[in-house]
Amino acid sequence: MAVSSRPRQALVLATTLALALSAAACSGDGGDDSGSSSADCAAYDAYSGSDGTTVSIYASIRDTEADLLEQSWEQFEECTGITIEYEGSGEFEAQLPVRVDGGNAPDIAFIPQPGLLKRFADAGKLKEASAETKTMAEANYPKEWLDYATVGGKFYGAPFGSNVKSFVWYSPKLFSEKGWKVPTTWDEMMQLSDTIAADGIKPWCAGIESGDATGWPATDWIEDVMLRENGAEVYDQWVDHTIPFNDPKVVAAVDRVGKILKDEKYVNGGYGGVKSIATTSFQEGGLPILERKCAMYRMASFYANQWPEGTTVAEDGDTFAFYLPPVDPAKGKPVLGGGEFTVAFADRPEVQKVQTYLASGESANSRAKLGNWVSANKKLEIANVENPIDKLAVEILQDQNAVFRFDGSDLMPAAVGAGTFWKGMVEWINGKSTADVLNQIEGSWPK
Amino acid sequence: MEFQDIAPKLTMLLYGLIGFVVVVGGLLLVLDVVPTWFARRREAALVAASLQSGGAPVARRPRKRREGTLALAFMIPALLLLLIGLVAPAIRTIILSLQNGDSTRFVGLDNYAWIFQENDIVRVLVNTLAWVVLVPLLATGVGLTYAVMVDRARFESVAKSLIFLPMAISFVGAGIIWRFVYAHRGVGDQIGLLNAVWVALGNEPKPWLLDPPLNTFLLIVVMVWIQAGFAMVILSAAIKAIPGDIVEAARLDGVSPWQMFWRITLPSIRPALVVVVITIMIATLKVFDIVRTMTNGNYDTNVVALEMYNQAFRYQENGHGSALAVLLFILVIPVVIFQIRNLRRQREV
Repeated sequence: MAVSSRPRQALVLATTLALALSAAACSGDGGDDSGSSSADCAAYDAYSGSDGTTVSIYASIRDTEADLLEQSWEQFEECTGITIEYEGSGEFEAQLPVRVDGGNAPDIAFIPQPGLLKRFADAGKLKEASAETKTMAEANYPKEWLDYATVGGKFYGAPFGSNVKSFVWYSPKLFSEKGWKVPTTWDEMMQLSDTIAADGIKPWCAGIESGDATGWPATDWIEDVMLRENGAEVYDQWVDHTIPFNDPKVVAAVDRVGKILKDEKYVNGGYGGVKSIATTSFQEGGLPILERKCAMYRMASFYANQWPEGTTVAEDGDTFAFYLPPVDPAKGKPVLGGGEFTVAFADRPEVQKVQTYLASGESANSRAKLGNWVSANKKLEIANVENPIDKLAVEILQDQNAVFRFDGSDLMPAAVGAGTFWKGMVEWINGKSTADVLNQIEGSWPK
Repeated sequence: MEFQDIAPKLTMLLYGLIGFVVVVGGLLLVLDVVPTWFARRREAALVAASLQSGGAPVARRPRKRREGTLALAFMIPALLLLLIGLVAPAIRTIILSLQNGDSTRFVGLDNYAWIFQENDIVRVLVNTLAWVVLVPLLATGVGLTYAVMVDRARFESVAKSLIFLPMAISFVGAGIIWRFVYAHRGVGDQIGLLNAVWVALGNEPKPWLLDPPLNTFLLIVVMVWIQAGFAMVILSAAIKAIPGDIVEAARLDGVSPWQMFWRITLPSIRPALVVVVITIMIATLKVFDIVRTMTNGNYDTNVVALEMYNQAFRYQENGHGSALAVLLFILVIPVVIFQIRNLRRQREV
């Protein structure tokens, strides 16, 4: 034993050494390549004075989207000398609390859930936004948006990217062929559904399967209808639990959705009956529209990326989306959506400068020009938005009559918003009664 | 992509690697060097003693003490690892289970009361109970039947490898495979094996995984499929170890195959049977992957381990998650105690 252990020790030592050496080799050539700035830096004068500093940003945006994001602030970096270190993670929601609790918080995080933002603010982990950031945000974003980033009277950061969820995807070609009109009220939409069903096509398709987030597309349906059926005020009460989850008003909204999603006459085009909604993935859910097996699919603006290559997404193309019509047009134009908030865990001057920049019109336009992006920023020029569907989304967001509300499941406590609400909707689709499901969710609200 | 763009990621990776090497290398060194040092000293002492006394037995007392130190040196790394990896987290989990969702305040036993008050969670407990009762019974039953039937058959080894193969597949892999078996298409051709058979028998295709309580049973089938091979291998070895004279004596007495199984085989392999049942039972209590992959706990198929993960990591309800973890721990304890006592009794015989 004594003899045989010698080579093993040597091996361990050698491995350690080899790795240590290769470490030195790698860290050796960092290579600083300070680009010569020929760009016009006048717009960034307000952010100067922090040359040579670094700000880290952590978010859930990855891959191509992340590359575009980094590209969008390149000029800002060149002009101000502030380096932005961006890191995107698919496990953002689970990892951010771990990083913050471990004392390894990023300088800035893009948090898509106001519920999570509030949690960090309540725990005293977030830094209040600077006066400059606040002024900039108030000038550029509607108040409804800023309220979601305000906890206990303190404002924590401006929104950045957004999406509009109140969309119904359809095939303009099929509609014009059959002479169907895009509905402008809920009743018209239901009449259209009957017309389509009489034509031998299932009017609706749906899919709520999404891995361990299965159920969320159905919660979006409920939220959209809550907002239409009862108005924004009741919606807010429902989301912050001033009225119980099983309130008669919620029951009415869920039943209104049930008239579509739980009616075998209407669903589920291309996939089967009502129960197939639970097992159809949301990515595939709307595709039967192209095969004319279903006519309408309620899904957010980002569904534009799910169509197969070669599909024209335009008002006269293969697919497009119309605004999910209101129940009572007199009550305004409710819009359900989402977005991310740029909040800071540090208050160094350079961090505050980046935060202010992210709230500005320059940052929104710079990112929008690169394509595939929507924001509620009022300074965002529609000319800079390329896709027709993104244009429509921006128009809706900037509409004076629009009453914007954030996706409710992102506002509720995670145990409900990412737990029992999702699960409850799956059971509801699978045959459970509205009352049973809502009572169950009400019981699970954290006390 | 420029090198400097990925440099930070590389550095991170490198730090990780260095950390890994330091920790694992350090552990290996400790595990290797310390016992070697003791062994060498003991060897030297033995050599010296044998030289001195010319082969006479060494004095008894000091040697025993030295063996004690030697044993301790061997045990320290294991004890340390147990302490860091098992005891400390267990204590922390118990403390967390007595606190509220974000672990800021003590709430007594509220989290445990919650387990038994929520309909959803009670359902989780009932499902877990079904798993723990059915999987060991079925897996052991299938494994035992198979072991007895193929014993000394012509293609025994081939037959045994066939049923043992699923053991090599991960739970997630098995979950994905069986999700295809149970797959259901509302329109068009069925792609699932079960529905193909079902339709061939003249029935309407069925969404198997959506109907409780049948769906829990269908998930249990997956676990049985994986574990039956394990039961079969152990039991088959035990059957082979039954002394030939007993079997021969029984044959001379003219037993029927039925009597042979119940009077001879089963009593002889009882210890192995107990080990198999308990091992499978403990594995089943922890079942997580199959349920998460196949239904994600929807349609009333949730089990304790999955709900524990969801509560603690998805819903940020540390209290609820930890209470479920402790409950799982408490449920395993009697099984483990039974197992230890059983082993001890066997050793005494």
